[in-house]
Amino acid sequence: MKSNLSHNKLFKVSRRDFVKIGALGSGGLLLGIPLACNKDKNAFLTGKPDAKFSPNVYMTLMGNGEVQLIAHRSEMGTGIRTTLPLVMADEMEADWTKVKIVQAIGDKKYGDQNTDGSYSVRMFYHPLRVAGATVKLMLLQAAAKEWQVDISECSAINHEIVHSSGKRLGYGYLAEKASEQPIPEESEITLKSTKDFKYITKKTAIYDLGDIVTGKAIYGLDVQIPNLKIAVVKRNPEAGAGLKSFNSDAALKIEGVTKIFKMEASGFPMGYDKPLGGIVVVANNTWTALKARDAVEVVWDKGINTAYDSNKFLLQMQQSVQKEGQVKRKQGNIDKALKDASKVIETDFLVPHLAHSPMETPCAVARYNSDGSCEIWAPVQSPQWVQQAVSAALGLEETKVTINVTLLGSAFGRKSKPDFVVEAALISKELNAPIKLLWTREDDIQHDFYHSNCAQHLKVGIGQDNKVNAWVHRTAFPSIGGTASAEAKGPSMDELCMGVLDMPFEIENISCESQDAKAQIRIGWLRSVHNINHAFAVGTIVDQVAAARQMDPIENILDLLGTDRKIDFYGMVEGFNNYNEKLEDFPCDTQRLRKVVELVKEKSEWGKSMPKGKGMGFAVHRSFLTYVACVVEVEVDDQNNIKIPMVHYAVDCGVPVNPDRIKAQFEGGAAFGTSLALKSEINVQNGAVMEDNFNNYLVARITDAPINTAVHFIENEEKPAGVGEPPVPPFIPALCNAIFKATGKRITRLPIKL
Amino acid sequence: MEKFTLNINNEKVTIECTPDTPLLWALRDELGLTGAKYGCGKALCGSCTVHVDGTAMRSCSLPVSAINDKAITTIEGVGKEALHPVQKAWIAENVPQCGFCQSGQIMSAIALLDQNKNPTDADIDQAMSGNICRCGTYIRIRSAIKNAAKNNI
Repeated sequence: MKSNLSHNKLFKVSRRDFVKIGALGSGGLLLGIPLACNKDKNAFLTGKPDAKFSPNVYMTLMGNGEVQLIAHRSEMGTGIRTTLPLVMADEMEADWTKVKIVQAIGDKKYGDQNTDGSYSVRMFYHPLRVAGATVKLMLLQAAAKEWQVDISECSAINHEIVHSSGKRLGYGYLAEKASEQPIPEESEITLKSTKDFKYITKKTAIYDLGDIVTGKAIYGLDVQIPNLKIAVVKRNPEAGAGLKSFNSDAALKIEGVTKIFKMEASGFPMGYDKPLGGIVVVANNTWTALKARDAVEVVWDKGINTAYDSNKFLLQMQQSVQKEGQVKRKQGNIDKALKDASKVIETDFLVPHLAHSPMETPCAVARYNSDGSCEIWAPVQSPQWVQQAVSAALGLEETKVTINVTLLGSAFGRKSKPDFVVEAALISKELNAPIKLLWTREDDIQHDFYHSNCAQHLKVGIGQDNKVNAWVHRTAFPSIGGTASAEAKGPSMDELCMGVLDMPFEIENISCESQDAKAQIRIGWLRSVHNINHAFAVGTIVDQVAAARQMDPIENILDLLGTDRKIDFYGMVEGFNNYNEKLEDFPCDTQRLRKVVELVKEKSEWGKSMPKGKGMGFAVHRSFLTYVACVVEVEVDDQNNIKIPMVHYAVDCGVPVNPDRIKAQFEGGAAFGTSLALKSEINVQNGAVMEDNFNNYLVARITDAPINTAVHFIENEEKPAGVGEPPVPPFIPALCNAIFKATGKRITRLPIKL
Repeated sequence: MEKFTLNINNEKVTIECTPDTPLLWALRDELGLTGAKYGCGKALCGSCTVHVDGTAMRSCSLPVSAINDKAITTIEGVGKEALHPVQKAWIAENVPQCGFCQSGQIMSAIALLDQNKNPTDADIDQAMSGNICRCGTYIRIRSAIKNAAKNNI
């Protein structure tokens, strides 16, 4: 989640790396014979078919007018493979029907490719606008030169430069000539004004839509290369633990089995990019590999986490948060405030481990070549990290390892971790043959990087004046860092800035604390990360507080938000992390929080009367620099079946760059939140995960998910922020608060069991 | 290993595999038809849905030896010449997010509409509840099915 690339630096990188091809010996003479003319005899639309204009690493304009735009981020369902190219196309006034999107391999020349942390648009919106506008300016300059006119008489309209006299030149025709133009400085570039956007903020179909609905889209498991063998791995149920012995005699007798061998376990903690180890089974086809894996007899060894029981651990963490922890944010005198309070609301909140279970399980195709190079095809969120991890595992230079990124059959953070690709590469090397590694659903659910289980204790004091005067938030959860380092004893500052230390309420006395908890299984980041746990607790206790103050929940929140202000977290919390952005650039603005609250109140018709068994619940949460307020309507019948007829979101994510995909992320985010709130839990006993497929790791189906989700945008021109993760956190407490309204039952533990 | 002649997308194809090989892996590994996806291997998620004599079935749990001469249709065989109205409805609604489960969703939706020209919400719930979408595109799936029904497929 590092935003290590400033906009300027990125553009300079692309300027430095630009490739100018296209003069092709024509010496700048007007030799380009148009290959296609339309009715207007002055319109030269295309140029030499082999001409290319490639002023930055993200774009190549071909002589035939085709624009190849690089998608350097991974497509896992957010629409980013469409959205960022659209941004570039808009600024360069390209015709979207002439755009071909090319998926980038992992390569540092593209800048950050780690598709994670909801920052693709945030980081690349401005640089790619500049890149597109630069291309447009060079095309304008080329046309002006060709016509010997002033550039001010020329404009770029839908893949053509048009002169005020009406004559036109197509982008294809101009490709070669534009490549001869000097690259302008950023100061010479004018970006389009909002009202002139053609694609940005407009609805566009995702680029792969046609391929998806016809089954042609290629995901990781769909990659076919010649002589491919299929590999599966039998793994120790305890993460990182080793093997005493195995017997593959029976398995090797199965026709079509190529090889069975041991892959060393990496111990614990093993990091994010090491294989778990186990018995590798390679066969001619998938079914044979799976049958042979079943036939391998194994005696596993025990590791250091054999005693891990996630439920006992959760209760231990619950005990730990009853006591004062390490204070990370402190204001006023909390002890005195609590003593003076006329009412104190205290609640514990518990959340279990969760698995990502992306629809497509981890998988990868690897081809280790005898010349000491390796090629990978895989659904990965961070191809540069995969490149580093594979080259380290194989002892190859990074330049010898090529990472081709396929479409991802969703990911939610799972495919950020290179472990499964490293496994595939090691297996290919061992066989000296190309292999496709399949993780079965059982592998996926039993060997994930799990969402941290978490216990919290919140205590809120209400004074004689009915004002909230004290806020204590204690949290305990195993850190993601614990997967890589035994030194990580508990929550890190970055992790606590997801919903604990960034608490936005104007309260005089505050104590935000954490308790240590050690990772005893692989822990990883799951869509919206620790915001899941913390927004659940904060969003629920404020509903309790509203009741105690005899206030409407929304009135209560507006009161808690206090005066409109940009909160100076740097002054309050040492080491505060604002999703890797400076607060100056992306402030925590309580006015923007207030506005989403007011908008959702209006749109949801908050306060309308609901019949028995129905209820509305509300929550608001800022995460990944986006402000989201949510109202959930719920229906609970006599058998405690829960239905969610309606969800309203009010969203301030800055400029809504691709509004239909943002809407889709919120619709999907509510469904994802439904899984986490109502369905999913991972239980670990004796170091082993108990759940293994969708019959016991339950996720929302069409019968569970919200029937309608409305997304209401705040219109502004603020810098765009995240939209993939922010829908999830406020949905869960809004749902819980709605259930309380409908049934009187207060939810303090997930998943909800009525 | 045995030889099986299957009728897939109106073509007779012969494959060699063990009789217990699930149709899904025969399609994907032997025939290169990768539109049907692996999601669970236990008929729990619907990503592998195909039609067997017009009925939606989970190909991950259907051994090739049980198929005989029944007609198999996969997503590749739907709308070969022109897009099927359900595919068109999917496009109009911009349904997919990651898209991985959508072959299965579309196959289940087509089978539903073949049996029931005007499904209610409850009919849709029943027909589609075997198909998981982790991205959560359910609202658009429901509305695409209704739109396809409205267009009288």
